[in-house]
Amino acid sequence: MQEAHQENAVQLVRVPQPRTSELKKRLWKNKWLYVMLLPGVLFFIIFKYIPMFGLAIAFQDYKPFKGIGGSEWVGFKHFERLFTEPDFLNILTNTLLLFGMNLLFYFPIPILLALMLNEVRFSFFKRTFQTLVYLPHFMSWVIIVSISFVMLTSDGGIVNELLEYFGFEKVNFLLSPEWFRPTYIIQVIWREAGWGTIIYLAAIASVDPGLYEAARMDGAGRLRQVWHITLPAIRSVIIILLILKIGDVLELGFEHVYLLLNSMNREVAEIIDTYVYTAGLRQGKFSYSTAIGFFKSFIGLVLVITANRLAKKMGEEGIY
Amino acid sequence: MVEDKTFSGRLFSIVNFTLLAIIALVTVLPFLHVVAGSFTTSAEMAMKKFILVPTIWSFDAYKFIFSTNTIFRAMTVSTGVTIVGTLFSMFTTALMAYGLSRRDLDGRKGIMFLVVFTMLFSGGLIPTFLVVREMGLIDSYAALIIPSAISAFNLIILKNFFQNIPEGLEESAKIDGCNDFGILFRIVLPLSMPAIATISLFYAVTYWNTYLSAILYLDDSAKWPIQVLLRQIVVLASGLDYSSDLDAAVPPPDQTVKMAVIVVATLPILIVYPFLQKHFAKGAMLGSIKG
Repeated sequence: MQEAHQENAVQLVRVPQPRTSELKKRLWKNKWLYVMLLPGVLFFIIFKYIPMFGLAIAFQDYKPFKGIGGSEWVGFKHFERLFTEPDFLNILTNTLLLFGMNLLFYFPIPILLALMLNEVRFSFFKRTFQTLVYLPHFMSWVIIVSISFVMLTSDGGIVNELLEYFGFEKVNFLLSPEWFRPTYIIQVIWREAGWGTIIYLAAIASVDPGLYEAARMDGAGRLRQVWHITLPAIRSVIIILLILKIGDVLELGFEHVYLLLNSMNREVAEIIDTYVYTAGLRQGKFSYSTAIGFFKSFIGLVLVITANRLAKKMGEEGIY
Repeated sequence: MVEDKTFSGRLFSIVNFTLLAIIALVTVLPFLHVVAGSFTTSAEMAMKKFILVPTIWSFDAYKFIFSTNTIFRAMTVSTGVTIVGTLFSMFTTALMAYGLSRRDLDGRKGIMFLVVFTMLFSGGLIPTFLVVREMGLIDSYAALIIPSAISAFNLIILKNFFQNIPEGLEESAKIDGCNDFGILFRIVLPLSMPAIATISLFYAVTYWNTYLSAILYLDDSAKWPIQVLLRQIVVLASGLDYSSDLDAAVPPPDQTVKMAVIVVATLPILIVYPFLQKHFAKGAMLGSIKG
């Protein structure tokens, strides 16, 4: 009945508004597709977009009982506090330092590994190697950190036993501030370096073998081939991944740092994420810690956009 | 490629080969050490320090950790959350991915943009926590599943895979009187088994490794999954000072016991890994670059 009525309406208005009616028809034809999208769209709205609007509490003195509607608006008070609080400058420095180390020490390693692996001719060795180095990626940070704790403890851990055996002092890796950053970055490399090669290997696999042939004719050795053919071939992939990495600037992994954090290394180990967790959820400073989280997300977004623009200026595709 | 028979070529190969072999060893030895250590006595562990194959086999550490039901309960929680979570995530992800894969769908670009945008910007920890609490999910297992049901990354991988299925197949099914649900479940999903397997395993690993959601949303320690318990036993008991969470009267567990807990928490991954490994490289590639 409803449908028949609509059909009639379509007939009547066809001449003045053909596009709208066609759209209606298409929407109705695809109704089941929209039904399918519904759970997913609801998920993104509720758990991704409502929290974005929830960032409003960074501009309030949020009281859990009053909710967003009832809490008092205080403008940029919490953001102003950020920049005067010595604590904040410290966690920002810590965060940026870990990020810098990630970029400097972790980022190039998968590229290097992929280049090396590509030079291996035995596919059995290659496959075995990949199987082994991909494995840690699937272990949680709790597992990775636990394994290294068992190895690094000064109470019978293998690393300290070796140090002692070779005549060095034992080191309390887990409690010394100066060992926090090296431990952190080694764990990152250990867990992710192998997995990170996948995308570079795929990019390398699409290089035209004829190019290598030609280079050999010209007398290029193995290293020269890597430098002049393989590396330029994966340039755009490297740039894309670099943009993504920069976008994750302050995304150092809450879990990982939180697991390594203790009262002895807090001075160097506290980062934005762990601070938001402790100050926000443990101490109930909802608005202040949301302001910090907002600051972080915003900087991340700005950096992705900037990095993407730069990549495009350099003649690369970018991520969008 | 042609084998490079020159001297420098061979030297290059040997150096390269050796370095890679060392890297592989460095990656794997810690795991082997932990597994071997969990199967020996604490006396041998204390004496030898580093073990790859135990000379004295012992299951004491495992007997100890399973003598109370804490570990068993945590394993049950993790297993349950992994199974239910993976099914739920796959169902919602596949539905949405299929909808978005259909080029004739109005509004699809807009929705895709909204999905991708969540990968660049987020409300962050506290606002998300408030939403989860507002929905009454605190202290429920649902809090470990529903707030992380769909990974934008997995969604994009699956959508791209669906898009590569020839449209003709779907059209002919439609002519035969299939509706969109029929097409998805009878045609598209059976053709996408490699992608489905990969993404299911990605989700399963994520759910098994659930840690952050558990510490955020579960106050009741009886509901803890294995990862949280692992932290209590290994990280907190390593002479560190988060001891407020931990009963100070309990002496720190032996190395062998810690190793056994690590193995138990890792075991399911080691079991699925060989199956996982076959597919994932391809799967990870599909979604990574093209939006």
